[in-house]
Amino acid sequence: MRALIVAVLAAGTYAFRLTGPLLRHRLNMPDRLQRLTSSAAAVLLVALVAVAALTQGHGFAGWARPAGVLVGGIFAARKAPLPLVVVAAAVTTALLRVAGLH
Amino acid sequence: MLFKIIDVRSVWRTVGGDTLRDIALVCVADAIIAVTFGAISVAGGLPSWVPVSMSLLVFAGGAQFAAAGVMLAGGSAAAAVAAGLVLNTRLVPYGFAVADVFDGPWWTRLAGAHVVTDESVAFALRQPDRARRRAAFWACGAGLFVVWNLAVAAGVFAGRYVGNTNAIGLDAVFPAVLLALVLPALADRATLWAALAGAAVAVAVTPVLPPGLPVLLALAGVALLVRPPSAERRRRANQAEAG
Repeated sequence: MRALIVAVLAAGTYAFRLTGPLLRHRLNMPDRLQRLTSSAAAVLLVALVAVAALTQGHGFAGWARPAGVLVGGIFAARKAPLPLVVVAAAVTTALLRVAGLH
Repeated sequence: MLFKIIDVRSVWRTVGGDTLRDIALVCVADAIIAVTFGAISVAGGLPSWVPVSMSLLVFAGGAQFAAAGVMLAGGSAAAAVAAGLVLNTRLVPYGFAVADVFDGPWWTRLAGAHVVTDESVAFALRQPDRARRRAAFWACGAGLFVVWNLAVAAGVFAGRYVGNTNAIGLDAVFPAVLLALVLPALADRATLWAALAGAAVAVAVTPVLPPGLPVLLALAGVALLVRPPSAERRRRANQAEAG
C-alpha cells in the first residue's frame, strides 16, 4: 500500500512537471488560469501550515509548536534567510517544551 | 551527462557568484528540512525506504510532508496521494514558466522536468536572459536534487537515534518553512483572504474528518477568488447597458 502511494504520487507529480515542457508549443495556459492555480497553491499551503501547526491527529497540537511556527513566520516576514527561520522555529518550540509548556 | 550540463565554471561565469551563493544558501536550508523529513518519517514509524524513495521519485518537499503526514496519521492511501498531488498542481504553471530553459535533446527535457521546484523556478525567473535562466535553473535544480536526497538519507539515519523528534522542535520546522515560502504570495489581498478562509475551514473540520481531507477542503477558499472578476464583469456589463 505504501509502495503504491509513493508510485502514484511520483507518477502524478512527474506528469504535472512534464506538462509545460511538452505542451508549451501547442497550447498556452491562459493567464487567468495560471493566476488561479498559483493562488490555489497558496491557499493549500496556508491550510497545510495551519493544520500542521495547530493540530495533531484529530486534536490540538499544544502551544509550543504553533508558537515556534509563529516565531519562524516573524523571522521570514523580516526577510531572514531560510536556515535562520528553521532554527528559530525549532529552538522556540524546543525551549517552550523544556520550560514545561506543551 | 550531468557534468556536461553543470559545468561549474561555466555556470559561475554565466550566473555570477551572488546567485550561486544564494542557491547554496537555499540548498543548506532545504537540507535542514530534508533531514527533518527523514527523521520525522522514521521516528513516526515509517520504514526507511518510504522517505528515501519518495525523495528520489517525488522530489517535492511540501507533498512529501503532506503524504507522509497522512500515512503517519493513519489516513487512507487515496487521501495521502490526493494531499500530495493537489499541492503539486502548482508545478504545472511552473513547467510552462520555465519551459524555455530545457529546449534541447529529449533527455534534458525529461531530466529537467524532474527538478522543477519552487526554488529552481524562482531562481530561473529572476535571471534577465535565457542563458542565465538556463544556468540558474540547472545549478539550483541539480544541486537541490543531490543535497535533498543525501540529507533525507542522513535524517533517516538520525531518526533511528533521536527517539523523540518533537523534543528538539522538529515538528515546528515544516509548517514554519511552508509559511516562509508562501508569505510573498500573500501580499495579494484576495489570495490572503482566500487562504485565511481555507485555513479556517481546514482546521475546523480536522477533528471530524480523516487525515488529509481537511487540507483539500481548504480549496473552498479558492471560490472567494473566482467571485471578484465576475462581479467586475457584471459591473462592466451594467455600465455598458447604462451607456
